[in-house]
Amino acid sequence: MTSHIVDARAIHKHFGTLHVLKGVDLKVNERELVFVIGPSGSGKSTLLRCLNRLEEPSSGSIVVDGIDMLDPKTDINHARRRIGMVFQSFNLYPHMTALGNVTLALRKVAGKGRAEAEALGRAALERVGLAERADHTPGQLSGGQQQRVAIARSIALEPRVMLFDEPTSALDPELVGSVLEVMRGLRESGMTMIVVSHEMGFARNAADRVVFMDDGLIVEQGPPAAIFETPSHERTRAFIGQIQRH
Amino acid sequence: MSGWDKFVETFFNAKVMWKYLPDILSGMVVTIELALLIIVTGLGAGLALALLRSLAIRPLNWLIIFIVDLFRSLPPLVIIVLMYFGLPYAGPAPSGFVSTWLSLAFVLMAFSEEIFWAGITSIPKGQWEASRSTGLSFGQTLFNVVLPQAFRLTIPPLTNRTISITKGTALGTVVAVTEILGQASSAMSNSYNPSPLMMGAAAYVVLFLPVVVAARWIEAKFAWKR
Repeated sequence: MTSHIVDARAIHKHFGTLHVLKGVDLKVNERELVFVIGPSGSGKSTLLRCLNRLEEPSSGSIVVDGIDMLDPKTDINHARRRIGMVFQSFNLYPHMTALGNVTLALRKVAGKGRAEAEALGRAALERVGLAERADHTPGQLSGGQQQRVAIARSIALEPRVMLFDEPTSALDPELVGSVLEVMRGLRESGMTMIVVSHEMGFARNAADRVVFMDDGLIVEQGPPAAIFETPSHERTRAFIGQIQRH
Repeated sequence: MSGWDKFVETFFNAKVMWKYLPDILSGMVVTIELALLIIVTGLGAGLALALLRSLAIRPLNWLIIFIVDLFRSLPPLVIIVLMYFGLPYAGPAPSGFVSTWLSLAFVLMAFSEEIFWAGITSIPKGQWEASRSTGLSFGQTLFNVVLPQAFRLTIPPLTNRTISITKGTALGTVVAVTEILGQASSAMSNSYNPSPLMMGAAAYVVLFLPVVVAARWIEAKFAWKR
């Protein structure tokens, strides 16, 4: 039996009468970068948010790094430490500096002292190229810089998996590159990553596998070249055609 | 005697003012005591209710909303009178001071709960999600991420409310509390001269102007750099 670091099976999610996920299986290997694409409303963000239980799946099973995420006995706060998440809208804490954003969980969750947390926090900011912005508040940073601080906030906790929910969708085009650069660096360091995004160029270069979702189901998946050049499903073909026209 | 002299003689009579200054000062002490008690207990209870409400326990929230709406709709004077004149029939007989304190504290609790609650709910969901995704618990997120941001939003409406309710200490006169207005009006009837009332007005300004200034300072201090 191969051990997958993320093993989600038969995930269903209902929002009231809306059936958003209709039985999704997603297995991710260690050090793998999986890209999830699909039209809006296809359930890709919901799937991502189920993996760290920001959304409660209606049914199914999710095991991340050997921890049963849906077991009521699981300490969810402890489990989430190992799963970093980066959001479309950054969600930095506006009342704290960049360093404060990065060190909060180090101190409150990882139990580090202030000095150690700050050293780790500065190291994380260094990794995203923002060491000299440690004392800036989010309002003083550009969107690209804010998103990189958000990435630093996650990697400071040394997660086993990183989830990216449309990390560049809210950014001006000229700021996208710096965020993708940081993500590429993470990938090279061997981080397991699941990325919901439409950055096709990045997917082509960096992804091991592309997963195409539509209407709450995974329609097809495979290496980027296969999905982008020779998709086997009509819906995939139509979607790829649409986004490549831009 | 000119009209101006008559005006000064009536409203700013130095002899009367000097005579009743000690009464007004003792009234100020009572008002300060009352005001501090009301602010500490009222805001404390209001915050506690807002935190309880954030736990989203339905029956509890209905109860909180009922209490809050009740005390927001009743005139403070009615609450004071009911507590002072009505409660003794049920057993406890609070003094005028205690009746005024508790009544206004309940009113401040009700209004401040709504303000704190509005502050908490105005914080975007993404803030909760970012914090929870890094492993912080509900309580840690509330205290480290949500409340510091919510407080900043609540300071202006909270200071306005606090000042207007604290000025309600003047209602204590009807239940024989010797606060500023009580002292001023009895001095006025004893001296047949409204000068003590002007002193009372001055005393309120002396007491509350620093509060308004302090509120501005706190607002500026809590505003984070954009």
